Amino acid sequence: MEKVLVAKGLNKYFTEPNRFQVLKNITFSVEKGEFLSVIGKSGCGKSTLLYLLSTMDTDYEGSIEMKGQLLTGKGQNELAKFRNKNLGFVFQFHYLLPEFSALENVMLPALKLGEYSKEEIESRAYEKLKLLDMHDYALKKSTKLSGGQQQRVAIARALINDPAIIMGDEPTGNLDKANTDTVFNIFKELSREMGQTIITVTHDRDFANSSDRIIEMSDGEIIKGN
Amino acid sequence: MWFNRLNLKIARIHLFSKKKQTVIASLGVTFGIAMFVLMISVMTGVNKLLEDTQLTSTPHVRIYRDVGHERPTLLSLYNSGDTNWNLVHHQKPKDEPLNLRNGLLIARSLEKNPAVLGVSPQVSSQVFFNYGPAQLSGMLVGVDMEKEDRLYNVRSKVKSGSLEALVSSNDGILMGKGLADKMQVKAGDKVTVTTPKGDVVLLRVVGTFQMGIGAIDNVRCYTSLQTVQKILQQNTRYITDIHVKLLDLNKSTPLAREWQDRFGYRAEDWETANATILVSFTIRNIMTGVVVMTLLVVAGFGIYNIMNMTVYDKMKDIAIMKATGFESKDIIGVFISQAAFIGLMGAVVGLCIGYILSYLVSRVPFDGGEFLSVDHFPVNFDPKFYVFGIVFGVVTTILAGYFPSRKASKVDPVEILRG
Ligand SMILES: Nc1ncnc2c1ncn2[C@@H]1O[C@H](COP(=O)(O)OP(=O)(O)OP(=O)(O)O)[C@@H](O)[C@H]1O
Ligand SMILES: [Mg+2]
Repeated sequence: MEKVLVAKGLNKYFTEPNRFQVLKNITFSVEKGEFLSVIGKSGCGKSTLLYLLSTMDTDYEGSIEMKGQLLTGKGQNELAKFRNKNLGFVFQFHYLLPEFSALENVMLPALKLGEYSKEEIESRAYEKLKLLDMHDYALKKSTKLSGGQQQRVAIARALINDPAIIMGDEPTGNLDKANTDTVFNIFKELSREMGQTIITVTHDRDFANSSDRIIEMSDGEIIKGN
Repeated sequence: MWFNRLNLKIARIHLFSKKKQTVIASLGVTFGIAMFVLMISVMTGVNKLLEDTQLTSTPHVRIYRDVGHERPTLLSLYNSGDTNWNLVHHQKPKDEPLNLRNGLLIARSLEKNPAVLGVSPQVSSQVFFNYGPAQLSGMLVGVDMEKEDRLYNVRSKVKSGSLEALVSSNDGILMGKGLADKMQVKAGDKVTVTTPKGDVVLLRVVGTFQMGIGAIDNVRCYTSLQTVQKILQQNTRYITDIHVKLLDLNKSTPLAREWQDRFGYRAEDWETANATILVSFTIRNIMTGVVVMTLLVVAGFGIYNIMNMTVYDKMKDIAIMKATGFESKDIIGVFISQAAFIGLMGAVVGLCIGYILSYLVSRVPFDGGEFLSVDHFPVNFDPKFYVFGIVFGVVTTILAGYFPSRKASKVDPVEILRG
């Protein structure tokens, strides 16, 4: 199988308040179309790892390769372009742009990519929102949405450019059972039908167990699943 | 590019979703620009009035015969050479008339020069005005009033009587207001005048004028060329001074030098004649410059602070945009567009307020007293200031938006999102 992500020897340190190692020699790879869950105790470094993988944090040791491209050492703008086209990210605290409506939030990465016309992007954004049952709230300001609603908009945004890899930091953390199932099914379908790779951090054991593979972390190390 | 449609759209949404903040930011620019416009209009207004008052009543170039002008001693002609020392104490000028030979011809040829605005040949003579037992010294200036008026706009300076009366009579004089007040004479009164040669003549005051400069108003009397020529017992070609006004004041120095060489008489340019006044102009202009610079620097820092806050306020948005694939140039574009809008809006309103304030100041009654003939505060409504104001406002705001947004666009997005 084709490897879509290869991480080698990742070390990450925080220096505030005093220097300590959050990630210790993390090495693993993910295959195309794989649905991967990362689990572990709170504070073990899952979010930190995901930020490294998402290329948003460039301050680390080791190397990260995605789609055959070495991303370590690339400049900010190149990374931004790569993220725009190939990565969809759902934050742990579902960050949306507060001045924009749900629809606009979903559309922005696609408008930036500029592969489709504005009309197409709008209808695609509606589609993604509908997938998550958020199309009724499309024109509402993002700050006027509940936590779970915001999270679903953020997932829709992560999907808009049909990225090769979708990363989620507890993407269902604020969702009820029904919505969690919806999101799970969407991810499952995307990985099966579209060959998109899913990497999610989750505390939800059931969610993790139903995915293709589980990586368990403890104290900044991978202890199971490699 | 920085300014694509998407970035402009984002900027617009930012601006309009926080209207209050946008208005407050613009007001910062408005305040600075309004103060700038008011300050520079008023300060240069005063400077310009003073300069104009001085300038309108002085010639740009004055041609006259200098007493003892560059005459080598006889001794040095006979006893020349490097090894010889000639000592001549207190050398006196020859007894020569003070007039310019061919004065009228020179005047006529100058009139043809395209750089010249007007030429007024005149005869001036030191005289004494007899005022009871006292004698007041003054200057009797014979002019062709039509030409003199072109140079100095004498007509508008007449306080009583009229110019026409001067032209039509052959013993009329137009007296400086300061002198007239001192002698307590009015239009129609007669005064006795003693010439340098000792002759006494009776002249009639037909009016008074005020240039706004004590050095002129307290001594000068205008009369016709023929009248002075007659009093001095000279022929009608007798001319002592030629006053010239140029189209461009700054050409006075080279032209004066050229004419001095050409005609062989002393040609004094405006700058040499008014060196002290020039110094005071320079100092006043430097003062104005310093005040305005200070104001602009303060305004600039105010604008910078505001834009800095505007950008840092949006730090989280910047991180999200970067996370979803926006590049540094997009972030900078978004904030520069906002800055341009804030700057433009602020500056335009600032210009309007500055104009209104300047206008109000220009309506304030202001008594120039004896010295200046104004009744309202002088304000300079030069469009240059408004152009500068708007350019400064917009450019400063854009720069003030550029630097913080460039800095913000460079951070790793997680630095902000991790909290
Ligand atoms: N900016 C930071 N500076 C210093 N230490 C940090 C910073 N961010 C996180 N940490 C520390 O790094 C460790 C890993 O944090 P991380 O957020 O990756 O945990 P996590 O596994 O995602 O936990 P959770 O399940 O609660 O989200 C924690 O001990 C945390 O205190
Ligand atoms: Mg976490």
